[in-house]
Amino acid sequence: LTRVWPCELSIKRTLKRKKANGPTSPRWGKPGTKPPPRSFLLPQSNPDSLLQLHIRDSGEQQIEATKAPLLVALAPSPHSDQVRALVTRPMAGSMDLPTKGGFDFGLCRRNQMLAEKQGLKIPGFLKTGTTIVGLVFKDGVVLGADTRATEGPIVADKNCEKIHFMAPNIYCCGAGTAADTEAVTDMVSSQLQLHRYATGRESRVVTALTLLKSHLFKYQGHVSAALVLGGVDCTGPHLHTVYPHGSTDTLPFATMGSGSLAAMSVFESKFKEGLTREEGIELVAEAISAGIFNDLGSGSNVDVCVITKGKTEYLRNHLLPNPRTYNSSKGYSFTKGQTEILSTKITQLKPNVEVAEGGDAMEE
Amino acid sequence: MARFDPYENNGGTCVAVAGDGYCVVAADTRLSVGYSILSRDQSKISELADKCVLASSGFQGDIKALQKNLAAKELVYEHNHNKKMSCPAMAQLLSNTLYYKRFFPYYTFNVLGGLDSQGKGCVFTYDAVGSYERTGYSAQGTGAKLIMPVLDNQLKSPSPLLLPAQDAVTPLSESDAVDLVKDVFASATERDIYTGDKLEIVVINSSGIHRECIELRKD
Repeated sequence: LTRVWPCELSIKRTLKRKKANGPTSPRWGKPGTKPPPRSFLLPQSNPDSLLQLHIRDSGEQQIEATKAPLLVALAPSPHSDQVRALVTRPMAGSMDLPTKGGFDFGLCRRNQMLAEKQGLKIPGFLKTGTTIVGLVFKDGVVLGADTRATEGPIVADKNCEKIHFMAPNIYCCGAGTAADTEAVTDMVSSQLQLHRYATGRESRVVTALTLLKSHLFKYQGHVSAALVLGGVDCTGPHLHTVYPHGSTDTLPFATMGSGSLAAMSVFESKFKEGLTREEGIELVAEAISAGIFNDLGSGSNVDVCVITKGKTEYLRNHLLPNPRTYNSSKGYSFTKGQTEILSTKITQLKPNVEVAEGGDAMEE
Repeated sequence: MARFDPYENNGGTCVAVAGDGYCVVAADTRLSVGYSILSRDQSKISELADKCVLASSGFQGDIKALQKNLAAKELVYEHNHNKKMSCPAMAQLLSNTLYYKRFFPYYTFNVLGGLDSQGKGCVFTYDAVGSYERTGYSAQGTGAKLIMPVLDNQLKSPSPLLLPAQDAVTPLSESDAVDLVKDVFASATERDIYTGDKLEIVVINSSGIHRECIELRKD
């Protein structure tokens, strides 16, 4: 089965039809015409040297539009002649087709201009500033994670879940942008389930690994998800790390996130092959605690997940080493009038509001 | 192009609350840079005179230099006037010291607390270049925006524009004020990554200055 990009299929069909229909004038290029609005232009592309793949509008607009390509994956390399591909969607008559997938970088220039000239502050995203770890022990793998989610210097969530379900025998810890780790693990988890139905077999860790790495590579690092993937399948226990650009490592012990250095120092001192279950859990908890106390981006509690052949145990909040240190015994009362009301002004939006009795019931 | 960046924010939060006859000044003891902790036990508070205490957060290099500078100036005043500096006098001196470096500022966010000549609590709050105001309470530093709304709600201060001039100091008792400060810091520690480890509380009243330390979350 040779892999063909969807855009190639449309091009071949378009060329075939062109031959059949005879030469037709292009939709743009003539004075007074404009290129279609949707384009997947990589932000750093050089418009001087563009390879343009036109996908022309055709009689069967709807069908062509649904098969339009998602994202171009031509990475710039120092050796190539700066070939970038500009892939455009057909206009398809009306403008009511939603974006089918991939990232639309059309607003990047505008955002940059607004940030520079108008001083507009671009809203940030929630990063997990995390410590996540995994290690292989005698009977399987142990995964660990802290539970703090930060938004800059502020803790957004004191007890979030960073160990995500992939399959009953495979779990994945996620560091980086919270939305990205959630979305990518949910997506691959669904894909694995469908695959299980299709094959009738237990999922393998390498399947999850390949699905994750190909997705992340396709998005060229813009999906900021750094993952520690672990599980036990028919071929044995496996532990992998996946980086945002799509590279992977297969390791006996691994750490990721802002607290990875603190956690790795513990692993490098104390890890050995063939740990028992208790030793494995203790070492993982110790590594995560090192991240929690020494890294400001990690904190709160320790989550642990132990996966062995046939059994998975998700130990949520296995350790709670950070209780609140002081509680005022007095408590607080927020009585009416405690916040001073300086002035009150009521503006009627509608001058006369009439309630019509027995009018028509509202339509659904 | 790498340029010399002379400043660094070492994090931390300072709070001061003035009462009738006492003043509470508190600051956490965490020193951090980026995502790392440099020290869990670095004091931000310095006693400048027997009724005057300064708490500063921001860049530790400038904090140390500023506090040393003020201590020296206070000593000179003592030698010239044969008495220790009062809190309002020190407040003006701090403002002038900060504005002196208007075009290469001290990266410090200060809160000065103490008793004035009548024995009533006073709190002075500053920005980095010396603009100051006498208030009933204040918070400065990375956790300030988490703490200030709570203090506004609990220690509701009358507007300084009202006539006749009303007392800005809180009617709360000393132990209640200390309890509030402890609770407010525990809350700020939950949500601000730069605040934590230990809380140093200094209380100034007619009998002198006494210190207290309580533990905060270390994560």
